[in-house]
Amino acid sequence: MAKMKYPEQIVANIPFCPGCGHGIIVRLMVECVNELGYSDKIVMHQAVGCCSLVGLGLDWEMLVGAHGGGGANATGLKRMLKDTALVIAYQGDGDAYNIGLAETLNAAYRNENITVIAVNNTNFGMTGGQMSWTTLPGQRTTTSVDGRDSKTSGMPIKVPELIANSFDTAYVARGTVTSPAEIRKTKGFIKQGLQNQIDGKGHSLIEILSPCPTNWHSNPITDSLDRIEKELIPFYYPIGELKVKGE
Amino acid sequence: MGDMVKGNVAMGEAAIRAGMHMYAGYPITPSTEIMEYLSWRAPQEDRVFIQAESEMAAMKMVYGAAATGARVLTASSGLGISCKQEGVSYMNMAQYPGVMINVVRYGDGLGSLMSGQTDYLREVKGAGNGDARMIVLSPSSVQEAYDLVYEAFDISQKYKSLVMILTEGGLGQMMEECEYSEMKTVPFASWGYTGDRSKDEYRPMGMGADVYAHALEMAAKRVTIKEEMQRWESGFLDDAEYVMLGYGLPGRAIKSYVKARRAEGEKIGYIRPISLWPFPEKAFKGINPGVKGFISVETSDDGGMVEDVALYGKKYGSGFEKVPVYGLFCPPGIPTLRFIGEKFEDIKSGKMKEVF
Repeated sequence: MAKMKYPEQIVANIPFCPGCGHGIIVRLMVECVNELGYSDKIVMHQAVGCCSLVGLGLDWEMLVGAHGGGGANATGLKRMLKDTALVIAYQGDGDAYNIGLAETLNAAYRNENITVIAVNNTNFGMTGGQMSWTTLPGQRTTTSVDGRDSKTSGMPIKVPELIANSFDTAYVARGTVTSPAEIRKTKGFIKQGLQNQIDGKGHSLIEILSPCPTNWHSNPITDSLDRIEKELIPFYYPIGELKVKGE
Repeated sequence: MGDMVKGNVAMGEAAIRAGMHMYAGYPITPSTEIMEYLSWRAPQEDRVFIQAESEMAAMKMVYGAAATGARVLTASSGLGISCKQEGVSYMNMAQYPGVMINVVRYGDGLGSLMSGQTDYLREVKGAGNGDARMIVLSPSSVQEAYDLVYEAFDISQKYKSLVMILTEGGLGQMMEECEYSEMKTVPFASWGYTGDRSKDEYRPMGMGADVYAHALEMAAKRVTIKEEMQRWESGFLDDAEYVMLGYGLPGRAIKSYVKARRAEGEKIGYIRPISLWPFPEKAFKGINPGVKGFISVETSDDGGMVEDVALYGKKYGSGFEKVPVYGLFCPPGIPTLRFIGEKFEDIKSGKMKEVF
């Protein structure tokens, strides 16, 4: 049997659910950091939620972040470390866009020189699949059992578009992990976000649409990826670079 | 002799001279001058100043910066510190050093713009969720405010604990002579995050995997702090029939009152706690065994410190178990000598009943 290859910074199995996109994204982040020559100059804000599981297997310096506090925690880290280390805020949609909406937007508003990776799986995964601001209309969650009613709970939030259209930041992109081709493109977005930080260009946000088969109650291989490709991308969350400063 | 300096400005300068690397905060009366001062003074000395979007974010920025081993400061008033409690608790969990200043405004909720001591219970009895305590120090003059902030960063690093300077609107806003000490240049602590996970000295994130060991470590740390950090000023205790206790500006007022009445032959003494956590229980040693009452003088609705006066003064074996504890509670502002005198007569005549 072929030996699985992965970066040496991943020292233990990170117990994400089967079919979850986090595992791929963590690996992409580590590969990008290593390829940029920052393997010993990286600090991560580790968010509350499924993101917090990375602490069990990723051997990076990590700040146990306050829930939603990524924008502020990473600001404190980066202002002190300056150009001696990269700072990544690794957050989920519930963390970055619900409880942390203020910190997320304000870090972008200030154009803090940080890289934010926001994993959007359209629900609060860690706590068992509650509605988040990215939950689609009609989507069943444990707090919208008949499907999300947008009349009382709002429409899905698009923070990348909000930042791209409103603030003077360096870079905004949205990717996904539904196929090898999309994974390669997403890796390119992450790497660009980190390169911007190295170049001192300012704030980069990369949102990544990620499957959550456990809470979507769907087959990990087919239905979950189909949902991203057929519902999320065409109707709500278009993928690609949304903003490149200077272009 | 020092220059005339406003309390808030003195505390800002003290932080700069103590080697503070980073300040993050949000404007709020009556502490804003600390922030205004540092907004230009910090960059002058190549330190970082951040005006945060909110009190919550300011504390989270401080937390992030503290993780790198930097000397960090934030300041606010009353309700602003309420907003910061989440970050405070994270600082405690990680045992990051840091200094906070609360220039208290009187009251609950939005509160008032008047000077007060109504945040005692929050600052002294807790520090966000979890069991943690902060070291709480309270000055009664601008010079003491300067000195305590200057020293607080070292204390904070020594005990891996937040240090809260608990002062009042009255002190933050008033001007007094203040002598500045030397400028310190302090490197980041060696345990701080640098991005290199392989270095030896490393502060584990969070509580670590062993929550039991973390609990024991925190408990042991607090025992050490209680033993080593008790601070107070006292006078005329050995023959005192009544002992007044007050911190901050009321502490200064009772000292004046007691001295004046002593000159008239009244057997009265005072204790001015400087550390509020740990509460200076050692101060009760040496009090006249025949003392008739302890009187907690506070700018508060119905008292905060009075509970600690009873707890520590009357604790089993002290010999003072039956000594009544009175609360001399002043409405917003700073108690006048006349106010203290009138209430003291009420206590002596039995008109005012004890609290404990």
